[in-house]
Amino acid sequence: MKTTKKNKRLYKKGDGFAAFLFLSPTLVVFVTFILFPVFFSFYLSFHQWNMFSNEATFVGLDNYLKMFQSEEFWQVLKNTAVYTLGTVPLNMAFSLLLAYALQRKLAGKKFLRTAFFAPVIISPVAAALIWRWLYDPNYGIINYAIGIFGIESVNWLNEPTSAMFALIVMGVWKTFGINMVLFSAGLQGIPDTYYEAAEIDGAGRWSKFWNITIPMLGPTIFFILVMSMITSFQVFDIVYVLTSGGPLGSTKVLVFYVYEYAFKFFEMGYASAVAYVLFAILLILTLLQVRFMKNRIHTAT
Amino acid sequence: MSSKPNIKKKIKSILTHVLVYSVAILTLMPFLWMILTSVKDMSEIFTYPPQFFPSKINLDNYVKAFEAAPFGSYYVNSMVVAFSVTIGQLITCSMAAFAFARMRFRGKDALFYIFLATMMIPYNVTMIPSFLVLHWLGWIDTYNALIVPGLASAFGTFLLRQFFMTIPKELEEAAYIDGSTRFQVLWKIIIPLSKPALATLAIFTFMGTFNDFIWALIVINSEELTTVQLGLSIFRDRYLTQWDLLMAGSVTATIPILIVFFFAQKYFIKGIALSGLKG
Repeated sequence: MKTTKKNKRLYKKGDGFAAFLFLSPTLVVFVTFILFPVFFSFYLSFHQWNMFSNEATFVGLDNYLKMFQSEEFWQVLKNTAVYTLGTVPLNMAFSLLLAYALQRKLAGKKFLRTAFFAPVIISPVAAALIWRWLYDPNYGIINYAIGIFGIESVNWLNEPTSAMFALIVMGVWKTFGINMVLFSAGLQGIPDTYYEAAEIDGAGRWSKFWNITIPMLGPTIFFILVMSMITSFQVFDIVYVLTSGGPLGSTKVLVFYVYEYAFKFFEMGYASAVAYVLFAILLILTLLQVRFMKNRIHTAT
Repeated sequence: MSSKPNIKKKIKSILTHVLVYSVAILTLMPFLWMILTSVKDMSEIFTYPPQFFPSKINLDNYVKAFEAAPFGSYYVNSMVVAFSVTIGQLITCSMAAFAFARMRFRGKDALFYIFLATMMIPYNVTMIPSFLVLHWLGWIDTYNALIVPGLASAFGTFLLRQFFMTIPKELEEAAYIDGSTRFQVLWKIIIPLSKPALATLAIFTFMGTFNDFIWALIVINSEELTTVQLGLSIFRDRYLTQWDLLMAGSVTATIPILIVFFFAQKYFIKGIALSGLKG
């Protein structure tokens, strides 16, 4: 709608100053805790500084070179990638199937939604504590459950391979509820007429799922894929409490590594450099997303 | 016509129910196990094979957990921080959103896009300098460190701005003619009409702040200022496998959130759907 003459009266003289007043609280916080930090951590990534000395020493690209030559960094990057590749596909397949099932007439839908969403909202710290107990090697209920099927007890959190697996399972449990809600919203956007037309053609449930649901959900699937990858790459809380990055660094992920270097060893420059590499990875993912969304809008109009 | 497809349909429906409900029960299993463990006697916790139900409900673990760590004070801290951030964000975001939705000023679009862009900046990048800023201000290990960085939100501003745009302007015009100021218009007309959007933002912010862990871990050292999440992680380090105490502690950190969620579910789902659309 165009601004009519009548509406113009709303924009009184001196809007600029008033707008500045209304925006100022937000701007102060933003400049101090987002804009300044983004540039300052970039600056820091070319310096060596322990934060207690007065001056940061300029070291050029040393932090980045040190990082790329560090075996631990590559290990941490690999761990993060393994966690992401482990959780995201599992999470998506699982949440899509559930969202699809919830489309049907089911008794107690409100209860079901609450049940699937409950892990999402509770604190990651409490959730990881609960799972530590479930994974307990001696009295844990998971070892008991697999024992019923004749599988030997596993020392879940104390063996490198099983610890990562345990983390992935917990990660899926903690987050699939979000994706389920997003998929449900996407599914509701598919017009019923498509399904009705397919039914007239004699399509079965699976045929409808593969030929209508999946293609129509394309954008939603892509969106959830990228979003999930972005969140998985930044996992920290559950790692900190469930495994503390162990055993033998097998579950140490990028944010954990940044945290350690910044707040345990106080190597602010090196930690900032690692944070910036993570930022670059996430930025590529985000741009992919933005580009895709734009294309979609263009094709839609 | 025939009863055969009907029977087939019924069997399918029953199978779907069984499947979906099994998944739901498996999902809730960790919660159930936490609660059951928290009311069991030590001897019933450390048995193998596990004993599912306690022989009697025993609340001693809670008493012991509260004696072992000041959970009461952790709670007060978490509540003070979560309420302050939530109320603060409702105020700052609605003011900023009002400026974006209703005022005309130079550079508005550019500023709005910068706002949107900041939503894409991950917290790990801003974490270190934000810590340094707080250090220079002398705010490390104070309530300020937990509250002030949360007093603005690009997501909140965006959410409210979108909602304010849908409110017809006629109501405001009448108020301006009667000599109201912009602040009065925001407070008396826009805010009362925006309750659903404000509720969504409030619940999201409250939960996010209450559950926050990494920030508290970085900026808080003293026990008097420890939040529930930080306290729980310290508790874990101290009582590594004392599952009676640890589960009682976990219940106290989880149940309030689950109750809030149960009553405010629709705002949650709305918020997720909206945040999903923001990109």
